[in-house]
Amino acid sequence: MMRAPSRTTAHGRMAPLHLDPRAIAWVFGGGVFGALARYGLGLAIPAVGGWPLATVVINVVGAFLLGLLLDSLARRGPDVGWARRFRLLGGTGFLGAFTTYSTFAVDAVHLLSAGRAMEALGYVAATLLLGGAATALGIWVAEVAHRVSAEEHRAPGGRR
Amino acid sequence: MIGLWLALAGGVGAVARFMLDGAVRRRWPTDFPFATLLINVTGSFALGLLAGAVAAHHLGPEALLIAGTGFLGGYTTFSTASLETVRLLHNREPLRAVLYGIGGAGVCLLAAWAGILLG
Repeated sequence: MMRAPSRTTAHGRMAPLHLDPRAIAWVFGGGVFGALARYGLGLAIPAVGGWPLATVVINVVGAFLLGLLLDSLARRGPDVGWARRFRLLGGTGFLGAFTTYSTFAVDAVHLLSAGRAMEALGYVAATLLLGGAATALGIWVAEVAHRVSAEEHRAPGGRR
Repeated sequence: MIGLWLALAGGVGAVARFMLDGAVRRRWPTDFPFATLLINVTGSFALGLLAGAVAAHHLGPEALLIAGTGFLGGYTTFSTASLETVRLLHNREPLRAVLYGIGGAGVCLLAAWAGILLG
């Protein structure tokens, strides 16, 4: 049900996706805006008592959106054409670059080495648990939306 | 102006992740999300190096913004790691989910720490 869209499917003699210049261009375009959005939100959301709130918000929101996007796309049909371009642009590019692991790891180590072990633990636990819950919520929303739209398609014919 | 360079570096980082992920999955096909872990560990180590170098005044804050926030922020990713953890849970592999989700975070923190020490 939660089919992972294959990223490396090589069709016959065609180059694998990660070496296809058009695929790379879609990822680049999404990545530029994802990094910009993360930078902008980082400036807009201040750290609370030295606690990197912006990174938590960015990663949790991004995790929700990636679950929603990839599950919605997987339910709509095969990973080809515009569905694949949208996955590369919005998923791999934008949301991949919007969310970040390196800042999360370095911030946690900085809290730890400042002797704020409980805050570091809270930061790591909040990111991992809220991130996982947000991902699951995104997948659930995609499931419900898919079911509702399937019922809407069926309803008119069924009533007549 | 710094925002433009940061954004372009983020795009390059995303492409580096996409290409490395594809290459690793092609070479070592496995159902354990090893590629994302490799990307996040190397990226956390590299950002640790940069942060260490900035703290020691070997590097300016602009370099940290472009190479760190831009490139490494675009290269590493949290959303995919979270999705892969939830998929392992969904496939009834709770041990591997914990190993990947929590163990992976631990390895990335260690890598960042090593980077800061060496930077």
